[in-house]
Amino acid sequence: MPKPEDFNLDHVANLARINLTEEEKARFASQLGDVLTYIAQLNEVNVEGVEPTAHAFPVVNVWAEDVPEAGLSVEDALRNAPEKRDNMFVVPKVVE
Amino acid sequence: MTYEAVIGLEVHVQLKTRSKMFTRAAAGYGHPENTLTDPVVLALPGTLPVMNKDALDKIIKAGLLLGCEIAPVCKWDRKNYFYPDSPKNYQISQYDQPICKGGSVEIELPGPARNIMGEHKSVALTRIHLEEDVGKLNHGDGASLVDFNRAGTPLMEIVSEPVIRSADEAFAYLTALKTVMIYGGISDCDMEKGQLRCDANISIRPVGQAALGTKVELKNLNSFSFVRDGIAHEIRRQTAVLESGGKIVQETRDYDGQTGTSQSLRSKEMAHDYRYFPDPDLMPVEVDQRWKDSIRATCPELPFDRQRRLQAEYGIPYTITSVLVPDRDLGDYFEEAARLSGKAQAAGNWITNDLLRELGAAKKSLSESKVKPVHVAGLVKLVEEGTILSNAAKEVFVDMFNTGDLPEAVVARRGLKAETNLEDLERWCAEAIAANPKSVADYKGGKESALNAFKGPVMRQAKGKADPKRVDETLRRLLAG
Repeated sequence: MPKPEDFNLDHVANLARINLTEEEKARFASQLGDVLTYIAQLNEVNVEGVEPTAHAFPVVNVWAEDVPEAGLSVEDALRNAPEKRDNMFVVPKVVE
Repeated sequence: MTYEAVIGLEVHVQLKTRSKMFTRAAAGYGHPENTLTDPVVLALPGTLPVMNKDALDKIIKAGLLLGCEIAPVCKWDRKNYFYPDSPKNYQISQYDQPICKGGSVEIELPGPARNIMGEHKSVALTRIHLEEDVGKLNHGDGASLVDFNRAGTPLMEIVSEPVIRSADEAFAYLTALKTVMIYGGISDCDMEKGQLRCDANISIRPVGQAALGTKVELKNLNSFSFVRDGIAHEIRRQTAVLESGGKIVQETRDYDGQTGTSQSLRSKEMAHDYRYFPDPDLMPVEVDQRWKDSIRATCPELPFDRQRRLQAEYGIPYTITSVLVPDRDLGDYFEEAARLSGKAQAAGNWITNDLLRELGAAKKSLSESKVKPVHVAGLVKLVEEGTILSNAAKEVFVDMFNTGDLPEAVVARRGLKAETNLEDLERWCAEAIAANPKSVADYKGGKESALNAFKGPVMRQAKGKADPKRVDETLRRLLAG
């Protein structure tokens, strides 16, 4: 597991596509550092011989048959969109 | 210096399911914008994904057809990135435990001519994993517009080993892969509908060098010929860079098939740091022997195996099998016509020449054809028995194509029955010879064309329904006697 001091706030902000002021950076670096230090306590647990898993229960193959069900109307789908046009969600221009 | 190319392809194939990968909103193409969504597709708060059993069946089938090892256990991971085509800000994918590992695709390289079979090769696969497709961005004035209809569609990513050596091999690989997918009913692989998409990783190195060169990823290869042209173009570009003393930069390039040029995608220079982690919302998939066996029972014969079998079993040539086999339905059609008629070669000729020509002219698909295998078989028999002549058979075929009537009915309706009474033919020939002593003398004097003078009267007597070959033979025999 990476150490809290390896945490790179600029990198994470860049991946999340958010701009942070110097003041915000200082505040978040300190807050996130605390969180990471707290979580890092898990490193002290002896997990020798424990299979890594993302789940606490040994349940597998949870699925549904391929039968379509009614979805949302266009109106409902777009209801929370801050901006819409031609029945689509408007987002800032993405240059490909 | 001579360079060789090393190419690996990443092919995305949409699975032909009715609903999406992790929710039961309908999947489909060509629907009005944002009409195939539900709260899971739009990643509204509180929603949870549920796997599509049919998508799992289909990827297992793809894996079995391509000789992959099916993992006994696989799991789901989140691939995190922020982009408006992905409403969750992550894509559910498989990172370190794909469902299919290894495997290979048998391909056929272009032969020396269209009618000669090319060399066959096996292209090794690295893996096939399952994920969900993303939405579609439309770039407008000052904004981008998002349609989530495609988002969440089951998507297979088929990754080849870097073993492809040329643009032609890449083309052959895609063609073979598509044919297997269609045979298996796994995907329709229509590139125009985005059901198959291809990215290529291309590098070149001096022949004999073991280390790989710097690779360039080529994107936006949105038709089979653009894949071939784009790769050929990239190999030429890299060769020119190295030959002029330059260095290849690791980058992603966008190929424009219309202009045949490519350009660097600078906006993608951002770090690829997807921070994969296991998706806590989804339980793993366990594939046991019984499940695999039940899928294996539904696996069709592979296209190239079928081609070899048709050639061996029916003795029909490559020129016919190479037309019949790539289309599973056409292959089935042929096998039924061959079985019903007992004359595979003749049935194959009618199908690959006349049927395909008429379908093409009428812009119809095989399933719309009024001529069924039973029609073809009937026609083959009528010609074989000498009931009709080959010219008349062509006429019968076109008639059947338009009316759907059986060949016997068309022959009766149009009065196309051949004159097969050999005694009549013999008599007409004798009469024609007796009536024209001058031409007899000419012919016997060595003038070959004098024979034609007898044919006109014979054909008139036969009302055009005599076999010209048989008339010719009979005349020669009588004149020689």
